[in-house]
Amino acid sequence: MISTMECAADAQSLISISLMKIHNSRTQRGGIKLHKNLLVSYVLRNARQVYIKEKYAEIYRMQQYEEVMTVCNEIQELNPLDLDAEDAEDEEQARSACCSAEESLCGAACHRGAAQPVAHARTASALFGCSPLEDGSKEPDPCYYRSCCMEPSPVSHCDQFTANSNMHCNKTTVLDLDTHVVTTVENGYLHQDCCCDALQCGQGAQSPARKRKVEFGCCVSDVEDVSDFTAARKRAKREDCCYSNLDYTDTSNISNLISIFGSGFSGLLSRQSDLEQICSKQVLASLGAWTRAIVAF
Amino acid sequence: MGEDAESPKINHTFLRDYVTEADVISTVEFNQTGDLLATGDKGGRVVIFQRETESKGESEEVGETGDSGEYNVYSTFQSHEPDFDYLKSLEIEEKINKIRWLPQQNAAHFLLSTNDKTIKLWKVSERDKRPEGYNLKDEEGRLKDISTITSLQVPVLKPTDLMVEVRPRRVFSNGHTYHVNSISVNSDGETYLSADDLRINMWHLGITDRSFNIVDIKPANMEDLTEVITAAEFHPHHCHLFVYSSSKGTLRLCDMRSSALCDRHTKLFEEPEDPGSRSFFSEIISSVSDVKFSHSGRYLLTRDYLTAKVWDLNMDKGPVETYQVHEYLRSKLCSLYENDCIFDKFECVWNSSDSVIMTGAYNSFFRMFDRETGRGVTLEAWRESSKPRAVLRTRRVYSGGKRRRGDVGVDSLDFTKKILHMAWHPSENIIAIAATNNLYIFQDRVNPETQLQ
Repeated sequence: MISTMECAADAQSLISISLMKIHNSRTQRGGIKLHKNLLVSYVLRNARQVYIKEKYAEIYRMQQYEEVMTVCNEIQELNPLDLDAEDAEDEEQARSACCSAEESLCGAACHRGAAQPVAHARTASALFGCSPLEDGSKEPDPCYYRSCCMEPSPVSHCDQFTANSNMHCNKTTVLDLDTHVVTTVENGYLHQDCCCDALQCGQGAQSPARKRKVEFGCCVSDVEDVSDFTAARKRAKREDCCYSNLDYTDTSNISNLISIFGSGFSGLLSRQSDLEQICSKQVLASLGAWTRAIVAF
Repeated sequence: MGEDAESPKINHTFLRDYVTEADVISTVEFNQTGDLLATGDKGGRVVIFQRETESKGESEEVGETGDSGEYNVYSTFQSHEPDFDYLKSLEIEEKINKIRWLPQQNAAHFLLSTNDKTIKLWKVSERDKRPEGYNLKDEEGRLKDISTITSLQVPVLKPTDLMVEVRPRRVFSNGHTYHVNSISVNSDGETYLSADDLRINMWHLGITDRSFNIVDIKPANMEDLTEVITAAEFHPHHCHLFVYSSSKGTLRLCDMRSSALCDRHTKLFEEPEDPGSRSFFSEIISSVSDVKFSHSGRYLLTRDYLTAKVWDLNMDKGPVETYQVHEYLRSKLCSLYENDCIFDKFECVWNSSDSVIMTGAYNSFFRMFDRETGRGVTLEAWRESSKPRAVLRTRRVYSGGKRRRGDVGVDSLDFTKKILHMAWHPSENIIAIAATNNLYIFQDRVNPETQLQ
């Protein structure tokens, strides 16, 4: 999509430069120039796409390594039950890819929050509800995050994998300028794309033997029991599918970017370094100010 | 002591290079005969130049028109003042965005000038006679003592020094919420259009309190905004046709006979994007900065950041000709984005026979392309390198390959010296180039008259 000459590092600086331009345009003589700001928002969108893509590629690479390690570590847990449940596992992977958002946030929240319980407590305030964990997982993981602005999506997980899923995707994106974390809320699921493992999860596991560990500090949610590499390859395919879901189509529009402006701008103004603020209701509500500003003139 | 001796030199250099922002020329336009040339600047002033006519009997040969290529200042006036929108707390710049002349109908000349919000119609007239011999007033205008008046006299008109008067005749205000980028006089001589980022209005030259909205691309939710209008122009002959360009690189031809609101185009001109050349800045460089109908009315000329394209009105699949203006900048887009140069809006013009197109570039360079041969030439508008009446030499930007003497490297281009605005005489090979605060007028002495094909 974007020329491979542009790497993710440039994307990050472009995002910063673009936001600075938009910020400066508010004080320019003659009022906000709609045309120029529109073009800047396109650059912002393009840079964000590349940035996210690179991040996920990095995560995928990391995850590949982790899976290999997992195979070695958990090879002793193999039993006939697991082999039969391989089909179930495929379906599980389909769901897991969709649920990757939660896991990513789990990992991210753990990584980012001052302390794990604190992070959970804060994110809990943003929760509408929590999907029950069937497997009696030991960790009290925060599960589905829903955007305060959007209806909870009743769509079943597997449906999200249809080709048209992007069309119905409801996305709001928020960027923290201080930490350069892009948080996307998509169909009720929150993604965070900074150094977190987006793709490993095992939500609602069938097998009680599956353990889920949320590791603090290394952003990896180690959840899969991999019996063999075939399963790993299947997962790889699912992940590719998941990547394409993240390739924002042209339906990504200024609404996403205005979300970025809103949070970025308020970040500039208030100098908030607290990451949790980004997910908070207040910031999402302040997006209206930007929209109004653009409409007003 | 040493410092004192040096500082005047430094100050002098500083003053010489310093350009008042208000003096930067923002638009250039010839009138329909080419006798008058108007320029507008960022300070809201309009300067009109008139072509000098050589006095009869002086080196006039048979067949020559008797006009030199010299233009002298004819009149200067303040068209727009800085304004303030109290409702939105926005300052309105006085910068003249466009000037368009009306076709001449009597001795006076009329022109439209616009800033971001308001369009004004100006009447430029000459006065070279004045009445003399009033009964009640003396020559200075003082009232006479009645006792001294013994007889009645009839005032007579006596020739006087030429005086050019410019008066505002109409003010077309409150028609636009967004920034006006184009105005275009219709061939019917009665109406004109004005375009801002999201709307195009049609006005009658005689009516200032109403305008007719003919295009509105504002989405119901501003968050859904994906493109804006960048330029608009009426067809030179068909009073029902106009074209407007968008920031997405598309052109839309609209026919006002089909519906009152021309939101649905009659024809959409769009070139499919080359997926291989996609970059962060693809949207920016594909935004059309200027669109001009050819004099014949058959072709359209558009300018985007790196190219100039000629479109045939009969073919909407893509341009018929594409000219690379400064392709060497394609690898520099990132730094051009940082210094805002990527947002520069270059204009483009046709020559009178539609055989040559011209557009501006950086480093005081401008380019001409011969449509027949497809070849382009780079010229420079810079006083240090060209004396009056000297022949312009062609320049070259070195971007690889064999370097010739006089070539300029891409990295030594001066991006502050940009040629954005220009005009071509309607019938002769005379061009006016605006370079920051200077106006250059070049004439082709070899072929002064355009060869009609």
